[in-house]
Amino acid sequence: MNPIAFVYLAAVLFAIGSAAVLLRRNAIIAFMGVELMLNAANLALVAFSRIHGEIDGQVMAFFVMVVAAAEVVVGLAIIIAVFRARQTISLDEPAELKG
Amino acid sequence: MLSVTWLVIAVPLASAFLLLLAGKRSNAWGHWLGVLASGSTFVVGLGAFIEMLGLDAEERATSVHLFSWIPGDALNLDAGLLVDPLSLTFVLLVSFVGTLIHVYSVAYMEHDANRRIFFAYLNLFVASMLLLVLADSYLLLFVGWEGVGLASYLLIGFWNHKREYATAANKAFFVNRIGDIGLILAMGLMFTYLGGVDFETVFAAAPEASVGVLTAIGLTLLLAACGKSAQFPLQSWLGDAMAGPTPVSALIHAATMVTAGVYLIVRSAPIFDGAPDARVVVAIVGAITLLLGALIGMAKDDLKKALAASTMSQIGYMMLAAGLGPVGYAFAIFHLVTHGFFKAGMFLGAGSVMHGMRDQVDMRRFGALRTSMVVTWATFGLGWLAILGIPPFSGYFSKDKIIEAAFVGEGWHPWVFGSAALVGAGLTAFYMSRLFFMTFHGKARWTDDQHPHESPKLMTIPMMILAVGSAFLGLILATGDRFVTWLEPVTGHAEEHEPVIAVPVLIAATLVLVALGLLAAWRKYGTADVPTEPPAASLATIAARNDMFQDSVNRAVFERPGTHLTRTLVYADTAIVDGAVNGEAASIAKTGEVVRRLQTGQVRSYAALMLVGLATIVIIAVVGGN
Repeated sequence: MNPIAFVYLAAVLFAIGSAAVLLRRNAIIAFMGVELMLNAANLALVAFSRIHGEIDGQVMAFFVMVVAAAEVVVGLAIIIAVFRARQTISLDEPAELKG
Repeated sequence: MLSVTWLVIAVPLASAFLLLLAGKRSNAWGHWLGVLASGSTFVVGLGAFIEMLGLDAEERATSVHLFSWIPGDALNLDAGLLVDPLSLTFVLLVSFVGTLIHVYSVAYMEHDANRRIFFAYLNLFVASMLLLVLADSYLLLFVGWEGVGLASYLLIGFWNHKREYATAANKAFFVNRIGDIGLILAMGLMFTYLGGVDFETVFAAAPEASVGVLTAIGLTLLLAACGKSAQFPLQSWLGDAMAGPTPVSALIHAATMVTAGVYLIVRSAPIFDGAPDARVVVAIVGAITLLLGALIGMAKDDLKKALAASTMSQIGYMMLAAGLGPVGYAFAIFHLVTHGFFKAGMFLGAGSVMHGMRDQVDMRRFGALRTSMVVTWATFGLGWLAILGIPPFSGYFSKDKIIEAAFVGEGWHPWVFGSAALVGAGLTAFYMSRLFFMTFHGKARWTDDQHPHESPKLMTIPMMILAVGSAFLGLILATGDRFVTWLEPVTGHAEEHEPVIAVPVLIAATLVLVALGLLAAWRKYGTADVPTEPPAASLATIAARNDMFQDSVNRAVFERPGTHLTRTLVYADTAIVDGAVNGEAASIAKTGEVVRRLQTGQVRSYAALMLVGLATIVIIAVVGGN
């Protein structure tokens, strides 16, 4: 199987993830989109590693997984904190940083 | 006593500080401490005088080294005193007249809550004035010069709760600052061209210096003298300085401080010896001021201001004499001493009149005070005879010598200076007689609440002593040319010069003019009724009443352009400097306004921006990479 197909798959997954982040108002869904983008990147890294026959990409993928795990904890905590404060998890609701 | 001359500065200075620091607990005895401090300076001065009389004429200049003041290579200056006949003359005059005025003030200021502070300032003045005359360098002289200026300012504004008195003090201070600039410039020139500022160095280097340098130094010294001695064109402050208590006017603004300019000129004789042009300017300034002061004195109705105008005029005589060179130096100082006595005496008399007349100073409200204030009348009368120059009173010996000296010389000088001095004598006779008759003779023009009475003994005794001095001092000092001989080690020996007009003719002319002035004043103010309101007068009289519009001239020539200049500068500062800074700030704020719109606060728009940014970077990386 041609490894380049995994790269295409990664691009598609990344596009889906970013669409979820940009288009959905629900914070949980957007967050899932972020996870999807991270995993798309991981897939691309592993695919390139395979293409080039080097192990660097796979090592990098592990780092990303660790970071993603930590990020999930922090992200979900923020979402819960926002929900407790405002009784909503809509992304459009908090706009205090408007200049 | 010569070696401890520094005591005459240290004692009153210490007394002044003690009185200022001790506070209210010294209220009971503070004034007597002041008198004692001033009296002790006279004792030391007298001791030094007796010791100096025992020395030969050439050895009479004693240097007293005090301490190394400014050690250094370029300017190595020691603080020291120069005790010679000239400075000792001043020490005796200042300490003697000063002590009498201290005694007088004890009674005069009796009801003033701040009498102790008044005496502290008086002591400060005595210390500064003695430092001024005893200093052996221009820089140390300058310390005393500023000290007397400060004391003068503090004492003019002693009743500064009255706004115009405080203003008068400020005016005196500012005008004096202009003069001080002259002295500072003179010191700078000396330091650059003559190698130092102490008398010894300067006077040793002066004969070799170029005429231009000496003229510049001479003119800047003259500026300093004009400020301190109220000479034209810096004379405007003296009339207003009469706001101070009358003993202050007697001591500072008649007898001593205002004569410091004359002292400066005479002390700087070696500089003026090499600068004949500067010397002529000194004489011209003196001649202008003596006539100006006399004209102002003729129109003033305020007793103290008329006396102030007279002081200005008499110092004009001294300046004129000092500007005549060696032939006039001794007479300038001679007149200074006799003037110190009779003018201080008359000012104390004026204070006595005010004391008895509820602080009235308008002469149109006096009259017929002779009977109710006999001692004041008699002592004032002796001063009046002295300033008129009627023989054998002291003014005759000093002023007539100046008139004679003014007629010595070649070309136009003797005619111009001599005529000014001669005319001035006639004018002096008129305005002083006017003042005397308006105050003590004629009909009583008192207001209803005035009950004139003689002043207490503490006031009349100093007046009597000064009156005795006014009467006989000139005769005593002039006999056998004692005073001139005494000053010779400093002023140099003046060759006998014949005036362009014979001396007997001059004396006769002076006496005739004086008699004419006296008679005119008697007819107008002695026998005729004096209106209590100033009558409508000619333009000249109005000008004289207003100090020859000196204030208006100063305002138009200096104050207005100065104000406009500063306003323009302030405008330029606001418009250009502030404008640039504020404009920059405003443009940054505007940019911020625009950029602020980017911050929507919408999380998803930030995410979109990040994505766009990332995509841009990737595209640049990919395209740029190829």
